[in-house]
Amino acid sequence: MTMPFYVAPEQLMKDRAEYAQKGIARAKSLVAVTYLDGILIAAENPSKSLHKISEVYDRIAFAGAGKYNEFDQLRVAGIRHADTKGFAYSREDVNARSLANLYAQYLGEIFTHETKPMEIEILVAELAQANNEDSQDKIYHILYDGTLMDEDHFTVLGGDVPSVAGRLTKAWKQRWSLKEALGSCLYALGGDSRVIPDSELEVAVLSHTNGRRAFKRIVDDELKSLRQNQLKPGKSNKSAKTSPA
Amino acid sequence: MALPVFSSTNDPGSAFTDLLRCLNQDPKVSRFSNEFFSYRSANESTSQFSTNELTFRHATTVMAIKFSQGVLIAGDRRATEGYSIAYRNMEKVFPGDRYSAIAIAGTAGPALELVKLFQTQLEHYEKVEGTVLSLEGKANQLSQLVRANLSSAFQGMVVIPLFAGWDCKRKVGRIFTYDVTGGRYEEADYHATGSGGRHARTTIKLGYKEGMSLKGALRLGIQALYEAADEDLGTGGPDALRGIYPTVATVTEKGFEFLEEAEVAGQFETFMVSKSSSGDKS
Repeated sequence: MTMPFYVAPEQLMKDRAEYAQKGIARAKSLVAVTYLDGILIAAENPSKSLHKISEVYDRIAFAGAGKYNEFDQLRVAGIRHADTKGFAYSREDVNARSLANLYAQYLGEIFTHETKPMEIEILVAELAQANNEDSQDKIYHILYDGTLMDEDHFTVLGGDVPSVAGRLTKAWKQRWSLKEALGSCLYALGGDSRVIPDSELEVAVLSHTNGRRAFKRIVDDELKSLRQNQLKPGKSNKSAKTSPA
Repeated sequence: MALPVFSSTNDPGSAFTDLLRCLNQDPKVSRFSNEFFSYRSANESTSQFSTNELTFRHATTVMAIKFSQGVLIAGDRRATEGYSIAYRNMEKVFPGDRYSAIAIAGTAGPALELVKLFQTQLEHYEKVEGTVLSLEGKANQLSQLVRANLSSAFQGMVVIPLFAGWDCKRKVGRIFTYDVTGGRYEEADYHATGSGGRHARTTIKLGYKEGMSLKGALRLGIQALYEAADEDLGTGGPDALRGIYPTVATVTEKGFEFLEEAEVAGQFETFMVSKSSSGDKS
């Protein structure tokens, strides 16, 4: 009889984490930022029908980076959780925090118990309640191992996170307009050398201007007009620096 | 609450009612009817079920009329319990989703539950699938929900919805009516249902013209509701004293919209003035 090799738990976890991280790093990045009217989520996505960003409930949106089939299963589970909860209690009782916690627990369980961890990072965003001073926009970022992070103003999922986040940190402004926010997000995604064409972008907002269902995709003409006359934040910064000299 | 994740062979798909079944949270409609049934068999000695023992709130005249840009849908505000008025400002017209409307007649409790379930179902499908159901699909969904209520209907809790919507593909407004078994019928021009439905239908029949304006449809609808309230004790007329007027909504290319109550009140006033000045006491 052959004995299985002994593998130290540290090594086992490290291997799994590496495996998941590799998969996520191969994905294209996705960013979410708060802006004047709510939350903007933008991603590079060559497919028009397989969405990375979608609606979960009145003020809640979901986004995923990594393996599509894995995060899409979680997206549907989130919609099911929100709809059954809203049906049993009331629409205002559905919130992003409990959903994010459920996701975190599920991902943590998969990470430790299953042979293969999920190669995904997900995002749950919730728009602040209108007419409620205490309620704030929320962005929860959940990693492949169930780590749950509550982000203040923006977050980056998948791909080359450090450089995208670096560019976004430089450009970020409090209460900026949708046009400004989108410009900076796309600059952060594409970098200095690359302009992502409209056909390979997926953009959506959770906005107070949309009524009960705050989620809206920004497509076609609206996207085109928002991208018109956009200055690259990186370039405009440089010109601002050079002009006084 | 656990995260509702299912194996791929056991997945309820985009149907919200199936999801509730998978989670053992069957719609309250059917649970309610089972309790009622056991209550009834326990009281089997009283051969005829007396309305004094257990009364249900009933909702009454609802109607839909096609006009040039879509469909107008309206309903009175009265709910009755036996021979008394239970509620004076009940809403019987609701949005189904952005492009459809549902109006209800019958027992109030299960009817409101049906509306909530239907609204959730449409939104649930839209979010899970990423596309909106066709109008035909929505109408068929509603048919299944009505059929699920059949056992309650046999026990006296009948719910009959009226469904109207804008068909985004064909670019027309359409009206669907139902019977208690879930049978679904498409109406060409107009329909009214509920205890005052017959009177409302007759009034609309006399004044209906194909391709009428919104104003014309509103005037006709208001007249029909007035006549129904005049003849039927279950239908409430305009209540100027309390400022309660029938609910009126439209479904057009722009989607579902409630009409302002002030506009409905104004139309009633115009109608009353013209009726009394012409000496028409019928």
